[in-house]
Amino acid sequence: MKLNLGNVKAATAAFGLAASVAWSGVANAQDTIKVGVLHSLSGTMAISETTLKDVMLMLVEEQNKKGGLLGKKLEAVVVDPASNWPLFAEKARELITQHKVAAVFGCWTSVSRKSVLPVFKELNNILFYPVQYEGEESERNVFYTGAAPNQQAIPAVDYLMSKDGGEVKRWVLAGTDYVYPRTTNKILEAYLKSKGVAAEDIMINYTPFGHSDWQTIVADIKKFGSAGKKTAVVSTINGDANVPFYKELANAGIKATDIPVVAFSVGEEELAGLDTTNLVGHLAAWNYFMSVKNPANEEFIKKWQAFTKNPKRVTNDPMEAHVIGFNMWVKAVEKVGSTDPDKVIAALPGTEAPNLTGGMSKMLPNHHITKPVLIGEIRKDGQFDVVWQTKDLVPGDAWTDFLEGSKDLEADWVGKKCGNFNTKTGKCG
Amino acid sequence: MTARLPSWSSSGLPRILLLLPLLFAAVLLSALPVRAAALDGAIAKFAADSFSDTEAGIAAVATSGVPNAADILEALGAGNLEISADGKTIVYKDKSGRLIDAATAAPIAAPPAGTRTVRVNNRLRRAIEAALGTLTLLAPDPARRMQAAEAIFKSKDAASLPALETAIAAEKDARIKRAFQEARAAVLVMKADTPASERAAALLLLRDRGDQDAIAALRQAMPQLSPDLKSVASDAITAIEDRLALLAQVQNVWYGFSLGSVLLLAAIGLAITFGVMGVINMAHGEMVMLGAYTTFVVQEIIRTSAPHLFDWSLPIAIPLAFLVTALVGIAIERGIIRFLYGRPLETLLATWGVSLILQQAVRTAFGPTNREVGAPSYMSGAFEVFGLSITFGRLWIVVFTLVVFFTLLAVLRYTPLGLQMRAVTQNRRMASAMGIRTPWIDAMTFALGSGVAGIAGVALSQIDNVSPNLGQTYIIDSFMVVVFGGVGSLWGTLVSAFALGVANKFLEPLAGAVLAKIFILVLLILFIQKRPRGLFALKGRAIET
Repeated sequence: MKLNLGNVKAATAAFGLAASVAWSGVANAQDTIKVGVLHSLSGTMAISETTLKDVMLMLVEEQNKKGGLLGKKLEAVVVDPASNWPLFAEKARELITQHKVAAVFGCWTSVSRKSVLPVFKELNNILFYPVQYEGEESERNVFYTGAAPNQQAIPAVDYLMSKDGGEVKRWVLAGTDYVYPRTTNKILEAYLKSKGVAAEDIMINYTPFGHSDWQTIVADIKKFGSAGKKTAVVSTINGDANVPFYKELANAGIKATDIPVVAFSVGEEELAGLDTTNLVGHLAAWNYFMSVKNPANEEFIKKWQAFTKNPKRVTNDPMEAHVIGFNMWVKAVEKVGSTDPDKVIAALPGTEAPNLTGGMSKMLPNHHITKPVLIGEIRKDGQFDVVWQTKDLVPGDAWTDFLEGSKDLEADWVGKKCGNFNTKTGKCG
Repeated sequence: MTARLPSWSSSGLPRILLLLPLLFAAVLLSALPVRAAALDGAIAKFAADSFSDTEAGIAAVATSGVPNAADILEALGAGNLEISADGKTIVYKDKSGRLIDAATAAPIAAPPAGTRTVRVNNRLRRAIEAALGTLTLLAPDPARRMQAAEAIFKSKDAASLPALETAIAAEKDARIKRAFQEARAAVLVMKADTPASERAAALLLLRDRGDQDAIAALRQAMPQLSPDLKSVASDAITAIEDRLALLAQVQNVWYGFSLGSVLLLAAIGLAITFGVMGVINMAHGEMVMLGAYTTFVVQEIIRTSAPHLFDWSLPIAIPLAFLVTALVGIAIERGIIRFLYGRPLETLLATWGVSLILQQAVRTAFGPTNREVGAPSYMSGAFEVFGLSITFGRLWIVVFTLVVFFTLLAVLRYTPLGLQMRAVTQNRRMASAMGIRTPWIDAMTFALGSGVAGIAGVALSQIDNVSPNLGQTYIIDSFMVVVFGGVGSLWGTLVSAFALGVANKFLEPLAGAVLAKIFILVLLILFIQKRPRGLFALKGRAIET
């Protein structure tokens, strides 16, 4: 090879690249247990997911203060999949193969979760998924610390049909166009019809991510709500499309006393970027609110605001789910004395960890947890007033009882070692 | 002083002296605030801290007859009513901020120990609105009386009829009187024992009201109407619905216009740069984004140093956004595009790279999450004209877009720079031969196009989220508008933006937001097959080569 400047430059570059890869390999052999954090830090979902990355960093720091895990320090590895669903799968692969994480805490949208499922199955790692979702899934490598439809959507509809909720008779199901709203609305439509609601009293509507021109849709909602029967909107709109949606509702003069909107993906974090004076009375259904008065919650909020050095920073339900999931993972790892995914997966069902509303959450054989259901109304200050809650913790049901294809299915990773066991045919799958 | 003894007195002065202390005591007592015993029952209900008890408390306050009942209920609805720890006293703040004891309606110096807010939910707020409706019918403020009429129209509470009759008799303002009469009509059609003739008259009054609420009231009353009245009601509903359907179409045209104005604002800068230089500028969306962030920065500065200037934040932000983005545009043109003249693919790639750099720069400087840009007072709210509901924000944006458009048209037509830009667009080499400094024109064109995009960002910050990705949502639409309208033609851009906006809004109710966009793109592709140069193609020998 001729020794000229171009060749020398190319050779140096190649050598430098190889050296840096080798060096990172050497660095990885240090004695820490790595925890992957897979949340969008940019893009349309950053408004919701950035705070989950921050709470994971706080949990890792807290655990290290307690002495780490199995005698080693914990290290959080943060990647940014940028609200780009295929990038979620790439980043998950990078976390597992390159950084050798023991478990991953991440994802928000169901499409991001569906994108990473094959990666976790192939590489046999653990994903803790902290967000409310549509059910119809139970994977061996995933632990769902967010609400299944029977822990959020169905109780919210029940509340709206009750006297306190306004005895709603007409329903608008408005969602973002992807798997979570589509499946949830299918379940809700079947549920409403099973409760005697006529098809013409249900209006279903989908919009793309980041949709900002809500004029026509809000006008349609207003028209649909003037049929003389009490109308409510069940919103599965995700991400920052919520901001112009609520702004347009306020512009159109739709008050919560006329047509209440119950949202499943709007919490304290999303409200922090909104002017909430016109939203007072609109609802959200979660398993945790920052305004719940409880010693465990108050201590968590204090620690959180000190960690983020921001006395106005809010907490929300998916953060609580990460707290529960992380504590369960730590307990399981300590129980089996190793971070090997197979051992931890076998040890997790049955593990208990306290939640922040004063109860004890338990990991079930279907990889879901028990959670209380709370319905809250938006207050002037962007917090929620709890107007209704379940007395006991509700166990998460992966396969809804209201859809034909899933009411016979049951997930059981302890006894039957199957995520979709058909109770009618007695076979797995 | 010699007192004239009343004739019935036998012992005279001593008896008067006996009466005096009693008189004195009576005078003293009347000076003390009188505690309204009627409220005690209501207070006990509020103390129980359950929604059903609070509802009973609201009814008790409404019927108690105390003069400040409306104030108490308003405070309760706004979440400002507090009850003391012992459950005996409720307090609220009046308009001047003084703390008032509800039972005595007198100000008190300090709040009682351990107060907590009396909680309400949506159901209770509706009950409060209905009760307030009846209580404020005779309020001195006309806006409150109008609100009361609307509240009774919604609640259709038969118990408010006597108060309504009094209010109708006393009302001087024709508009409010009509609102009261419509409210009475709504109550009468629902009331079981209304005579048939009155019910028929009420139905016709509702029909004349002619809006969504009237349809709702008629529908609610249907089950309890006799068959011949049922046909009157359904005819009324059909009449209103037909009128509203026509209005809905016009409203759709308005929505299409406002969407079109947004598209026009975003695309007009691109039409100029694409037209004059033939440069595909993928960083155009980021210019819009920079304009939006300029507005955010201006508002932050105003918020911290001069809050009273908030309403001026937009007029201040406009020239600043123009300057900032024009400078960035010149930097891009002089730094990158100048060297890639005549190589469209490399320009596309280079400007795409610039757009990524700009996005990440903003993300690093301001954070990846959305920033809140507030709306000045003249941008919020809506008004009705001929039954159309028009929001102020959108109206101002349409007006602003047209002003920007015609200013640009004037610049191109009447200024030397505009003349030179048009010359370069038509035939670059000839223009250069005529002595026009084409590199300088290129730089100025890019600056102008980017500056206009920055101004568009100021307007868009009012209706869309301000995030580093703001540009991405508008770049595709901008190119669509420019290609459809004809490259380099301002009028073409105007027509195409409004056409695309209106088409999108008409397709949206039929096919949903996602499919509507897809249909528009497919139609555009088919149109380009027939007319590749767009709607208003510029003519000229040099251009057609």
